[in-house]
Amino acid sequence: MGKKVAIVGFGQTYQRSSRKDVNGVELINEAVHTALSDAELTINDIDAIVIGNMDHFEGVNYVDCWSAEGSGAVMKPIFKLTTGGTTGTTVAMCGYYHVASGMFDRVLAIGWEKNSESDTTGAIVTAFNPVWERTRFGGAIAGLAVEASKYMDNYGVTERDGARVAVRERLHALNNPYSQLHQEWMKGMEVDQIVDLLVTSEQNQMLAYPLRMSDMCPRTDGAAAVIFASEDVAEKIAPTPAWVVSTHNRHNYVFLGDINWDRNDTLETAAKKVFEDAGIKEPLKEIDVCELYMPYSYAGLKWMESIGFCGPGEGPKLVWDGVTDMDGELPVNPSGGVMSSNPIGATAIIRVGEGALQIMGKAGDRQVQKDVNYALCTGFGGCNWADVMLLGKKKPS
Amino acid sequence: MEKVAIVGVGQTTYERRKEDTFDELVFEAATKALADAGGEIGDIDNIVTVSNDFWDGRTISSMAVQDAAGSWDKDISTVEGDGTFGVLYGMMRALSGSFETTLVVSHIKGSEAVMNLITNAMFDPIFHRSLGVDATSSAALQARMYMEKVKATQEDVALVSVKNHKNAMNNPHAQLPMEIGVDDVMKSKMLADPLKLLDCSPISDGAAAVVLATEKGAKRFKKSPVWIKGVGHISDAYTLGYRDLANSRALDAAAKKAYKMAGVKNPLKDLDVVELYDAYSYMEPLWYEGLGIAKEGKGVELLKSGTTAMDGDLPVNPSGGVISAHPVLVAGMTRIVESVLQLRGEAEKRQVKGAKTALAHGINGACGQSHCVFVMGV
Repeated sequence: MGKKVAIVGFGQTYQRSSRKDVNGVELINEAVHTALSDAELTINDIDAIVIGNMDHFEGVNYVDCWSAEGSGAVMKPIFKLTTGGTTGTTVAMCGYYHVASGMFDRVLAIGWEKNSESDTTGAIVTAFNPVWERTRFGGAIAGLAVEASKYMDNYGVTERDGARVAVRERLHALNNPYSQLHQEWMKGMEVDQIVDLLVTSEQNQMLAYPLRMSDMCPRTDGAAAVIFASEDVAEKIAPTPAWVVSTHNRHNYVFLGDINWDRNDTLETAAKKVFEDAGIKEPLKEIDVCELYMPYSYAGLKWMESIGFCGPGEGPKLVWDGVTDMDGELPVNPSGGVMSSNPIGATAIIRVGEGALQIMGKAGDRQVQKDVNYALCTGFGGCNWADVMLLGKKKPS
Repeated sequence: MEKVAIVGVGQTTYERRKEDTFDELVFEAATKALADAGGEIGDIDNIVTVSNDFWDGRTISSMAVQDAAGSWDKDISTVEGDGTFGVLYGMMRALSGSFETTLVVSHIKGSEAVMNLITNAMFDPIFHRSLGVDATSSAALQARMYMEKVKATQEDVALVSVKNHKNAMNNPHAQLPMEIGVDDVMKSKMLADPLKLLDCSPISDGAAAVVLATEKGAKRFKKSPVWIKGVGHISDAYTLGYRDLANSRALDAAAKKAYKMAGVKNPLKDLDVVELYDAYSYMEPLWYEGLGIAKEGKGVELLKSGTTAMDGDLPVNPSGGVISAHPVLVAGMTRIVESVLQLRGEAEKRQVKGAKTALAHGINGACGQSHCVFVMGV
């Protein structure tokens, strides 16, 4: 059997719309350096490195090779993985398996993206079948708009419900110095008042019904790195390591027509497997904090149901009741989430790192005000590709 | 530690231009590997695919082969790079205790890609890309440095092309089975001095797949397992100027890790067959040195001694090697597939008699920046 694995360090860059002060390799180095400092390790302590991003976004091929001098991989083992928006969690899972295999003790997993230098939509369009889908699929927003419309139609959900989620994310982001969007104007206003403003303001442009600017994630430059360590060394490195309790993923997409638009099937199955492993029967009660990869607001309603935090159609009530706010029963995205910064190749690994910070008690102003025993972190991308990682304070038996 | 075995292998023929789509290629290789193992897709716990968005011209290129790889409702991940790295990831996932069986697939259609543009995109965008440097022209720099260092002539390294293309005549999957002489290599078209057409591997289409299993998982299959005894992977610096291109220190470090795990003390004696990544003729003697089967600077001497010929003490690339078929991303996995066939005694006309321990080698990046070495045995 393999080794138990824990997260012992996390580092991220300041996520900004454009990081002109650094090039890609320097951006990666900033995250690596921050993670190593956090764990009080040096690059010499690292046994292997895993990295991921989206090749077509930055226009660099063989990124593992290209970044070696910034990631610290010179004369070390390195791996490259890419799975779209989930790249960050895919990289984290690969870091986990490196250590769980017993082959490596301390592994650095890195995700990064410099969206300011790319044509993201142009690249995303090429994700689809060149003959059947590429000519009529308009990038990321169109598909999400279809999903949102279907969800609204199924359960009588309104634009105000979506906006309520967006408000939560942006209010949380105000506590996170690394986050890109800091919408200071929201400070001191009632939630209802901000929601009304968002759904009526002409400045809040409609992109594809029902998605307005405020419902979407921004484009971001940023990088993040997580250090995974084996049970043999984890407790020596970190006083409170964040243990990986279980991780699973699913990706059942090939053609758009394959997707069940009523449910997020892959997220549902992956989450179910994780809860099964951990013996979790009531996710809403037992999970203490969730870093949910939600690139747009309605995901914060529908995907909560897919994970099993509530029943079908019950997402809006959960959110309006404040259950998912910072002081609620299940704070969702204390970091401000993807809707406040989205450096695509790094986004999902930031979810994992933020979840680890909550368990380690190192989340600063965004630390939730309760004991965190379980943090659930997810990744989403490449048309319903879902990765789920459950972190825990207690070493798994 | 738990052991991981290879219980099934599959490969397509490698050709200059195939009509099949990516997923048809993957389906063929995966189906063959499962049939070879004596199992079916239901016996597989998780999938690793190997692809590259640049080569496939598609973002998240792995999405295009999911159905063909049989990943529906299974855990799946994607490695970008050579197939050996994909197999290594599959091995880690097995060792973690999470999965008992893993299917790893890789594919390429070089015929649908522009090699120069794609390999140019692996160089630094500001300082190097505009020079037009690509896989072949950077390899030419390395060839020059290596040949200068060991005082080898173009005729010397041409012997690799002669040996491996001849070996390929025994391999029905190879793309370029040819009986040629040093003269033919010397007369072939100069691509990037000193590399001539016959010093270079071809552009290829194809796919390969392997089925991995833990000791427990192996019981699901009929085929007797070939065990992975040791593995190592190491990257050198990226910037060509930061590396001594005539010294393969990253391969040396990767091989030493694999040997240590496998208990290989004297590779020249302990190994029975080697399948290495000879994308260009000069690479084979250079990699001999990295693998420790020749001392530093003595790779060409070993080549000329005939030790690595089919009838030598340690045959290298009985399949014909990468120079006889170069499905990028697949090529390293093909080395593993060929090694497994050798160890099972199923390599037919290219069989090395009594092979008990085999080495397979893959590379990533320009001039072999990153290496992955597998030692396998029965």
